Amino acid sequence: MVTALALIGLRELLAVVMLFGIYSLVSAGLFVVLDAVDVAFTEAAVGAGVSIVFMLSALALTTGREKRPIHTPLLPLIVVLITGAALIYGTFDLPRLGEPDNPAHTHVAPRYIEASPEEIGIPNMVTSVLASYRGYDTLGETTVVFTAAVGILILIGGMPRRLGDDGENDPE
Amino acid sequence: MKRQPVLRVCSKLLLPWLLLFALYVQFHGEYGPGGGFQAGVIFAAGVILYTLVFGLADARQAIPPRLARVGIALGLLLYIGVGMCCLLLGGHFLDYDVLAADPVAGQYRGIFLVELGVGITVASAMISIFFAFAERRR
Repeated sequence: MVTALALIGLRELLAVVMLFGIYSLVSAGLFVVLDAVDVAFTEAAVGAGVSIVFMLSALALTTGREKRPIHTPLLPLIVVLITGAALIYGTFDLPRLGEPDNPAHTHVAPRYIEASPEEIGIPNMVTSVLASYRGYDTLGETTVVFTAAVGILILIGGMPRRLGDDGENDPE
Repeated sequence: MKRQPVLRVCSKLLLPWLLLFALYVQFHGEYGPGGGFQAGVIFAAGVILYTLVFGLADARQAIPPRLARVGIALGLLLYIGVGMCCLLLGGHFLDYDVLAADPVAGQYRGIFLVELGVGITVASAMISIFFAFAERRR
């Protein structure tokens, strides 16, 4: 929470990128505390690793400070506050987090948990749900990764390569 | 950066273990935390470390960018291919039971191939994106 607030207020973009990394690491720790180890693994690897490298590369290609906004943010602030208040009011109707008879825990989850050892036979139930019971969703996720990569390569992959490029910082 | 001895030696020592760990996470995703996404990202992180220390030219020799770009599509093709194979063998799309004589063995085979596809796509995507960023000059 503190990290997120600091992120919004800072204007020096290098510090913002570092705070993103800290935020991801703290989220990964939170997931471990909540017993979601696979999610924590992915969050730590992607958010605190590769994502920071990409953001730093983007920083190297653009400027290092955020520009001052031209308009005062009063109207957007009011809109955001009203929407946020409506959403929080909506969450009052939700059941308590983690109760055993929540709809999220009684719909198909017991069937997956009970049937996974006989039907699929691998010890890691997260993988069995991800790759077998919900394999179609994972296909969609992989397609999203593919599309994102193709989009980025279209945007910034078109530079003509110079012959004899050795990759060091040569003075231009 | 390859003239700095500490960076060069340390990254050379670390890199085989990083790539081996990525393969371990990929193929032991059924027994512990892990799977295709995590393994792909760790593998890409290893390649990025090599690129940062030894320069883009050496990294391009190790992993040709054309190969990385092909890999993005190859993993997805493998995933859909497994699904199509299940269709052709008589089951539903992505119904791994029909892939072997024993349904449980079929599930194991299907999950193995599918996670491999995901890992290949994620690793190739990250590597291609990083190469695209790194080849650009301001």
